[in-house]
Amino acid sequence: MSLQQVWEILVVFGTASLQSFGGGNAVLPQIQLDAVHTYGWMTSQQFANAYALAQIAPGPSTLLVSAIGYQAAGLPGALLATVGMIVPAGVLMYVTVHYWFRSRGARWQQAVENGLASIAVGLLLSSAIVIVRSTEHNVLQLVITGVATVIFCATSVNPLWVMAACALLGWMLAI
Amino acid sequence: MSEQTVERPTLWDLARTFNLISLSSFGGGLSAWSHEIVVRRRGWLTETEFLSAATLSRLLPGANQINVAVFVGTRLRGYRGAIAAVLGLVSIPFCIIVLLVVGAQSLESPPLRHAMAGLLAAAIGLTLSMVWRTGRKAIVSAVPLALAAATVAMSAFLRLPLWSTLVVLGPLGIYWAWRQAKPPA
Repeated sequence: MSLQQVWEILVVFGTASLQSFGGGNAVLPQIQLDAVHTYGWMTSQQFANAYALAQIAPGPSTLLVSAIGYQAAGLPGALLATVGMIVPAGVLMYVTVHYWFRSRGARWQQAVENGLASIAVGLLLSSAIVIVRSTEHNVLQLVITGVATVIFCATSVNPLWVMAACALLGWMLAI
Repeated sequence: MSEQTVERPTLWDLARTFNLISLSSFGGGLSAWSHEIVVRRRGWLTETEFLSAATLSRLLPGANQINVAVFVGTRLRGYRGAIAAVLGLVSIPFCIIVLLVVGAQSLESPPLRHAMAGLLAAAIGLTLSMVWRTGRKAIVSAVPLALAAATVAMSAFLRLPLWSTLVVLGPLGIYWAWRQAKPPA
């Protein structure tokens, strides 16, 4: 990997990191433009495949950048892209959180915490609604979601068992 | 201060826990898993603190779940904790993704797709149960209920960008909570 490549990868993902307001999806169009068109690290079909991989693999879907970095420059590229994507935003978060905890108990801090709590609940519910609407959830899936929700709310069974059962059900019923 | 009530995990414990969260989220629902494990099983954050973590994580740039890991790690063990939590969250998935890129085109097989569809349905259920649990703590009267409903309308149905929802509803919520708070002694 040439020094220029190191620089290009760090610039692409470092700037994306600091602009990723609302999560990694916000900068996806920019990253696609850079990876496919500006630097030609991969084809747009490879980009789409990498996106699908990152969606189903465990962990944060922002690790899509690891796949892109791999296409750009092998394993070192994957590491570099991941570090570039995580560190700048992570440092900013750390500084903010550090200050947040130092103000713990202050009236303004309590007001922000409690005042934004109900909005956070609304955002969580929204994320579930958006996923349902964007993936063409069919009736069977809606039923599974409903039953799973009731089980998760009413019992303290390990969610892994429920998830495994639902995956099996999906496979058997070919939903 | 609630510092005394939280046992301080070791760095290794933090990394292991976030690794568990990460691996449990196969098929989706990462945020719901972090709630399940951080709040319900470990008791590292209260429901309200978790909501603060979720909101700060969305306000600042960066992947939400990585930001939540930074929040929890910092809360329990300072910057070392933040690094341990993030490494725990991303290390194994990083390896998995690289292996998949190297090895795989098998994602198109229909049985796998059907199983993933079932998994996704359950992951959404887990998210909804998190809404229920955190909502019971946060939605204590008509004002928070109205704020939550307005958030859903703006964010899920009108698909307005996050910043506009927060600019409109955030000050209302903070003003309401300020009026509720006891003045400092």
